[in-house]
Amino acid sequence: MSDAATSTHIAPTRTEAFRKRLAKRYAAERRFKLAGLSAVLVSVAVLIFLLGNMTFNGVAGFQRAELDVTIDFPSSGISGDANSLSGPGGLQTLQIQGLPDVVAFYAEQSLGSEAAEGLSTEAWRDVAAAVIKDPALLQGTHQFSLPATDNLAAALKGEGTPEERALAERLEAEGKLSNNFDPGFLSRADATSPQKVGIWGALKGSILTMIVTLLLAFPIGVLAALYLEEYAPKNRWTDVIEVSINNLAAVPSIIFGLLGLAVFLWIFPNFRSAPLIGGMTLALMTMPVIVISGRNAIKAVPPSIRDGALAIGASPVQVVFHHVLPLALPGILTGTIIGMARALGETAPLLMIGMRAFVATPPDGFTSPATVLPVQIFLWSDEIDRGFVERTSAAIIILLLFLLVMNGLAIYLRNKFEKKW
Amino acid sequence: MVTVIHPNLEVIDPKMRAVDVSVYYGDKQAIDNVSIDIPARYVTAFIGPSGCGKSTFLRALNRMNDTIPSARVEGTIELDGEDIYRSGMDVVQLRARVGMVFQKPNPFPKTIYENIAYGPRIHGLAETKEELDEVVQRSLTRAGLWDEVKDRLNDSGTALSGGQQQRLCIARAIAVDPEVILMDEPCSALDPIATAKIEELIAELTDRYAIVIVTHSMQQAARVSQRTAFFHLGKMVEYGHTSDIFTNPIEVRTKDYITGRYG
Repeated sequence: MSDAATSTHIAPTRTEAFRKRLAKRYAAERRFKLAGLSAVLVSVAVLIFLLGNMTFNGVAGFQRAELDVTIDFPSSGISGDANSLSGPGGLQTLQIQGLPDVVAFYAEQSLGSEAAEGLSTEAWRDVAAAVIKDPALLQGTHQFSLPATDNLAAALKGEGTPEERALAERLEAEGKLSNNFDPGFLSRADATSPQKVGIWGALKGSILTMIVTLLLAFPIGVLAALYLEEYAPKNRWTDVIEVSINNLAAVPSIIFGLLGLAVFLWIFPNFRSAPLIGGMTLALMTMPVIVISGRNAIKAVPPSIRDGALAIGASPVQVVFHHVLPLALPGILTGTIIGMARALGETAPLLMIGMRAFVATPPDGFTSPATVLPVQIFLWSDEIDRGFVERTSAAIIILLLFLLVMNGLAIYLRNKFEKKW
Repeated sequence: MVTVIHPNLEVIDPKMRAVDVSVYYGDKQAIDNVSIDIPARYVTAFIGPSGCGKSTFLRALNRMNDTIPSARVEGTIELDGEDIYRSGMDVVQLRARVGMVFQKPNPFPKTIYENIAYGPRIHGLAETKEELDEVVQRSLTRAGLWDEVKDRLNDSGTALSGGQQQRLCIARAIAVDPEVILMDEPCSALDPIATAKIEELIAELTDRYAIVIVTHSMQQAARVSQRTAFFHLGKMVEYGHTSDIFTNPIEVRTKDYITGRYG
């Protein structure tokens, strides 16, 4: 033993073995960071693929194949003015005067007899709608872009028989057939032809259903959470209730649909397919999510705030509504929006209560038959006609935009109510 | 074991009186047969080692223990001769009469103005906006905070420094004009300068209120209080003039504690 070895203390953290262990620790950290980064990259890539694919397909879904038809109204014998065309009888007035035949006649004039076959038989309704909106059109000659038949639309996309494809190519070359943006997609409801479908019926159905869900689930969920956290005694019964609510949140959604079918439709047998029943069913599903997140948010309010309020003589109700609830609200809203987003995307329970019906007119109110966006997507994706593929993508874009708006609103509200302490 | 009461402690008509009070948390007894008279316009200090039950006893005086489901209080506590634990006692009114300041400053996450105005508003103590403004100004002035915050009454109460927050909490307590103020280690989270300000404030508040203060700092008890009670293991060991407790303790445990032999 040399003197130096005994007299100089060498810390164990300066040895070679320690340096090796240290290098291993750094390597482990790098591996962990890399794994995390690749996980993020994979999910971002999936998201970009999904959105890109949807947008690519969906853009075509907002378009429809239209034929250009020129109609000379003064020589067609159709007459009318703002008075006779306004009101519910306007469409009938035009139909009795032979507008469908007039449209068919001018289609032959403009396009030739072979191509006129490619004009949708319902195309005259578009003309009628334009005329009712602006009766002055009847005074002159005007060009309309009218929907083509499904077959011609498919031929324009390169499908169908060689003859149809040749016709579509010729008309396209002449500038008489083209895919145009179809604003009617946002205002019509379901139809049997992809050329005539619209998303407004399902969108309105979804909005009405969500309103019912929110109005039922939010107050019931928040009050239940408040009672369980602030008032309920801690005993076996409240334990049972707590476990039940947690289980309820995990119940498969189709079972809620069966419950809605068995209970709500038994009480209100006339409201089959109605947003009211759909909303009630989805509220059952959303409520436990709100209760659970609400309880967590209420638990997170510091007890010192409660003590402070109680100590200056606030009653328990005042403590809850003046202090606890405002502080818990951002958390409750976050939970609510998670529950609502889940409800918005639900298909299964609504199938059980008849919201998968073919509904060709947008719902008038909470009790008229309706469908919702995800069910509409499910129905369209099931159609044989290829034209529905793009329409389905377009419907998905609308659903995602709806979700985005809802989430945006929730984030705005949360930031608005968020306070620091 | 009986509490030793210093013989020279004059009997004053008490604001609050506790007789044979025991507090239990479930099966565990936290306070064992404590009897004490708390006079008006005096500062009474409770001292003792951690876990001796002084905070528990303090919280029994305005029934803050009610919020703990397992807590149970036996014996009687009177406020102006009225048993505060009798059935039919209005707890809300009791807490408006017996205010409390906590160990950690707990201003509401609202504006400074709202922090003070909240109490008077829920109790309907101010009829008009002008009256409320006046109550806010008076309370903040009494708490020695007015000059520091008068230009930013609409800032959040939580944006203030720790010492200012605690004075805000004291202002909040006196805004409802209570008769007794309970303080649970009000300076334990504060620096010496903020502590000095609070102690000054406590001295000024004795012109109007009975103050009970729980403290870990014996110097603080000696500085601010006129009477001191020493708690140990859930019992009140000794009660007397503060000067007597610190210079002439009778019980050996009191002596050991104040000389720092245990704590």
